[in-house]
Amino acid sequence: MSDAALNLHRTAHPGKRRFRSATEESAPARIALILIAVGGLLLLVGAPLVAVFAEALVRGWGAAVQSLQSRDAQAAIRLTLLITAIAVPMNAIFGIAAAWFITKFDFRGKAFLITLIDLPFSVSPVVAGLCIVLLFGANSAMGAWLVANGFPIVFAVPGIVLATVFVTFPFVARELIPVMIEQGRSEEEAALTLGASGWRVFRTVTLPNIRWALLYGTLLCTARAMGEFGAVAVVSGKIRGQTATMPITIEMFYNEYLSVAAFSMAALLTGFALLTLMLKTVLELRHADQLAATRRH
Amino acid sequence: MHIDIDEIAKEFGATTALHPVSLAIPSGALVALLGPSGSGKTTLLRILGGLEFPTSGRVLFNGQDATGMTVQERRAGLVFQSYALFRHMTVFENIAYGLRARPRAARPNKAEIDRRVLKLLDLIQLPHIGDRYPTQLSGGQRQRVALARALAIEPRMLLLDEPFGALDAKVRKELRQGLRDIHDETGLTTVFVTHDQEEAMELADLVVVMSMGRIEQIGKPQDIRAKPATEFVREFIAA
Repeated sequence: MSDAALNLHRTAHPGKRRFRSATEESAPARIALILIAVGGLLLLVGAPLVAVFAEALVRGWGAAVQSLQSRDAQAAIRLTLLITAIAVPMNAIFGIAAAWFITKFDFRGKAFLITLIDLPFSVSPVVAGLCIVLLFGANSAMGAWLVANGFPIVFAVPGIVLATVFVTFPFVARELIPVMIEQGRSEEEAALTLGASGWRVFRTVTLPNIRWALLYGTLLCTARAMGEFGAVAVVSGKIRGQTATMPITIEMFYNEYLSVAAFSMAALLTGFALLTLMLKTVLELRHADQLAATRRH
Repeated sequence: MHIDIDEIAKEFGATTALHPVSLAIPSGALVALLGPSGSGKTTLLRILGGLEFPTSGRVLFNGQDATGMTVQERRAGLVFQSYALFRHMTVFENIAYGLRARPRAARPNKAEIDRRVLKLLDLIQLPHIGDRYPTQLSGGQRQRVALARALAIEPRMLLLDEPFGALDAKVRKELRQGLRDIHDETGLTTVFVTHDQEEAMELADLVVVMSMGRIEQIGKPQDIRAKPATEFVREFIAA
């Protein structure tokens, strides 16, 4: 570059100027936003998380582990895992069926059905629990009959499953509906014209296209199912060692001033939730290329 | 195979997509359904393919009533507007899909499927793209893969919905010739939907001009140009 050009360059840009893109905010605004986001996250999510683990380990690792080995604690862990193992597959199937029905067919009352799917998000879990007690409790005709025939629902495992399924119903369907709407019906139609049966189309075209949304919805559903308190508290009757799930047991321990036991259980429950999130992240990282391939077309 | 459309009508709720229309498509013809959007041409194509069912009227394949025939039974090779390739499958798997979906007794063995897919890839002049995914292809390549996938099932007819709609002008010209060649080579009765009168006139043996759910005129391109039957046809082909 010649001197003249250099000079011209200098006069055009006195000093060093940095241009920012139109969407970039000024430095003070950026710092403020970052502080709010990080501060909020630390205060609202980070601090309680640390507190739970700190409280659990306040008398050492041994005491925490020992508290989890009590008969009641073991029963609670087994029960929560059992409920989750039943409720999550059920909701995965319900969710796929509902999303498929809503997105692949045109019918009257579709908007109403979508609202209905969201109902568990807006109804208080306690109310949901009460409804199950009203419907299936020993005071109702159906409940009395069920109890007489040796299949009680309320204050037993089936009631807890029902309550959990109700509360976590929207997660899978909510994840799937937008994905399936965006993908439309033409790939399914193409498969049909190529001679595939409805079930084959579902297996080879629909399911592969929604698998990530399904996985994501299922993981959220799992985390929520393990942690459900309100509805389960009403229907379970909180029978120690029988119908007390992990969240219920945490409350019991806490009310009995068994602080280490309560927080150890809470830490374990948190650990389960973190594990689900980690699983999701790992899967996303490992299959990033496929993810990109199915999202864009 | 010759196709007869006998007084087909279609209503979607309160809206009428097709007033009763009749049309005879001779075996081996290359027919264009030409009209603006909302003229009912795509609905008619989908009824032929078995993706929609008419409110009234009949469809006959080789003189036999096919109105109630399921989409799978019809064996119509359909090329969709946005191609609808299976995005999670390779090009090879896309083309093999229809063969693999056959009931066990009618399914070719693996070697035979390989052979047929490779032959189709040659036919569309893209012999080396079997391992790629649809997202890695250009628009023109996707269209040709969609065509190969439709041909793989040994269809009885070929139905194409705006096959050149999403392509730029140069590719469109090339692929028009490609479709003409494939039609002439396979001898399949072919129906394609288009809103582009130049495309219809240049490519088709028989042009069916449609508007507002009605057929305005059926004729050879030169006859339609020479003698437009209605004011609508005159204006539409002048555009």
